[in-house]
Amino acid sequence: MSAPLSADLAQIGKSVVIKGELSGSEDLYVDGQVEGSIALKNNSLTVGPNGQVKASVESKVIVVQGKLEGNVLASDRVELRKSAVVTGDITTQRISIEEGAYLKGKVDIQGKAEKAAGK
Amino acid sequence: MASTAHNFMKLFRGSSRGTEASPPVPQNLTRRSSGLAELSRLWDSESSLCVLDLGSTSPANIRFFTELGHKIYSEDLLVASTEPGLVTKDEEGKIVLDSRQFLADNLLYPAAHFDVVLCWNLPDYLDESLVRPVMGRLWSVLKPGGMLLAFFHTKDAGPDSPCFRFHIVGKDTLETQRIVLRREARRGPTGAIHTAITDGFRLQRVFNNRHIETLFRDFASIKFFLARDNMREVLVVR
Repeated sequence: MSAPLSADLAQIGKSVVIKGELSGSEDLYVDGQVEGSIALKNNSLTVGPNGQVKASVESKVIVVQGKLEGNVLASDRVELRKSAVVTGDITTQRISIEEGAYLKGKVDIQGKAEKAAGK
Repeated sequence: MASTAHNFMKLFRGSSRGTEASPPVPQNLTRRSSGLAELSRLWDSESSLCVLDLGSTSPANIRFFTELGHKIYSEDLLVASTEPGLVTKDEEGKIVLDSRQFLADNLLYPAAHFDVVLCWNLPDYLDESLVRPVMGRLWSVLKPGGMLLAFFHTKDAGPDSPCFRFHIVGKDTLETQRIVLRREARRGPTGAIHTAITDGFRLQRVFNNRHIETLFRDFASIKFFLARDNMREVLVVR
């Protein structure tokens, strides 16, 4: 599967390995390996089918097709596609999970009121 | 577990079937669950519950509980038990799974964390060496008064009873989905790739009622529900 093309989309190819803190204000597509943390507060993160992310992730939208190990905080929504393998707790407002996706962890749906209260 | 129970529970162990059989067409069936109906009183009355689902990741179950405002944890223990690194030998040289390592990697939750544990048919399919340690850990992560739902085959179910996933589709209704056969490709000695079809999980044993009571002896109470499909539903309270 090829990465979606967008002018404001940063891409990490499948041969790229990154260790450290990633943050930014544009959408990110990860098809390589990332270890550390990812913070894209107002943007989306997509973990491609070859992607292997071992990081805590904070983003507006998080789409997972590959492997993600770490806690996930999405201010809008999380999508786990059928090939997703996720180990970690998910906190989000909305979630969609395709048949075949694997999750080891918690799903905590937080409404806007709960988020504002910091619950 | 007592040695007599240990022997009895080996009733269906070791049965094997050819690996070249055609994969059956998975068919989802719905069934009424008295245990689930009893549990549903809990999630209707409580404000926010912590639920642990030990079956395969089920979008339906996650949707069901999150829509009711509960927190759900998903952990597929049967898949976790297939980790090759768990295979070891006991004092008699018999191949077993390392329960200590298994519990170091799985079911890592604070004590008294969950209101409900959905065990489904896990005890029937889990390796012998893991059953009691896992039940012990489940006791400790359940809150006092918390409930655990488990399904057990009756002897009439037969040794080739398929392993199912369970999706909650209503307060007392489950959709059962047979776990799909996996196709595995391996390279043989000549370099040619052979394709084999393997069943996901095999029924390991059949518990009788006394064995079930022994398995849950640390719990405060146990309630049996008989079902028509060669299953017994068991609801235990810590």
